[in-house]
Amino acid sequence: MHELSVAMGIVDVVMEELERRGRGRVRSVHLRLGALSGVAREALLSAFPLACEGSSLEGAALVVVDEPVSAWCPACEAVRPVASLVDRRCIRCGTLAPEVVKGTEIEVTALELDE
Amino acid sequence: MTHKTRMVEVRANALKQNDLAARALRRKFEDEAIFVVSLVSSPGAGKTTLLEATLRRLRERWRVAALVGDLATDNDARRLSRAEVPVRQISTGTLCHLEASMIERALQECAAGPLDFLFIENVGNLVCPASYDLGEAMRAVLFSVTEGDDKPLKYPTIFNTSDVAVLTKTDLLGAGEFDLAQARANIRAVRPGMDVLELSSRSGAGFAGWIDYLESARNSIGRS
Repeated sequence: MHELSVAMGIVDVVMEELERRGRGRVRSVHLRLGALSGVAREALLSAFPLACEGSSLEGAALVVVDEPVSAWCPACEAVRPVASLVDRRCIRCGTLAPEVVKGTEIEVTALELDE
Repeated sequence: MTHKTRMVEVRANALKQNDLAARALRRKFEDEAIFVVSLVSSPGAGKTTLLEATLRRLRERWRVAALVGDLATDNDARRLSRAEVPVRQISTGTLCHLEASMIERALQECAAGPLDFLFIENVGNLVCPASYDLGEAMRAVLFSVTEGDDKPLKYPTIFNTSDVAVLTKTDLLGAGEFDLAQARANIRAVRPGMDVLELSSRSGAGFAGWIDYLESARNSIGRS
């Protein structure tokens, strides 16, 4: 289980951001989590409050938005969702789409701050 | 009572610290022409055995060294030292994977001298190592025929962050229910086009193919 390390990484990234923008109380941290990130959503949600303990992030919520896997479809010549993690065919035309474009991210996308 | 809040947009990878450290390592390895290969697998898939046999063969022609990660004990480093190349154990304590900063520290501490190949054996775990870039040029995921042939379907992420899949212990094929054709199909279902090698570190079958694979990957770097 490495979700605590990931949660601590999120806290680091947010602290760095707050330093640049001037401190403010953080209500929530928004995260995009890829289906191929290797991170379990539930475990991350339980680890997050622990990682925040003792920092100015204490009490902040973590809002996770799941990002499904999308890959470059050579037939459509476009980025398309694939059927599933274990069936990498373009959802539109059924062609194998080996090159993953989205779905690996563990990305902090936004912060909700008190005015 | 309601508080006014505002949303600010951020775009930052949660593993930014690791990615920065990995990028610095990759640059260093490229500058020093060290070809770095990391090995990942579940516990008991044969990483240490494969590594020992690999070190023995490569050291005839190349300068090689290895870093091995484990939660505890230096058993693997002691086993690998029989191959008579520099080996350093990284004890991760309670951590289930290696991170780039641990590689950086281990390299500072051991100063192995000029190298052609550096191998990094990760902690036996098919989940967590997937998220951590170690600055390697090649990541090999091992998958033994004593496991279920559906392992790739259960752990698609590690297969997607690896460059090559190595099926190990092929001398034991037939001892269990493992279906080789199904295993190959499962790898290709989660990672179409992935290179797949099959070998036995014990019998030596297929091992020359693995050594060739490593040497040609190393030789093709810098030429492209």
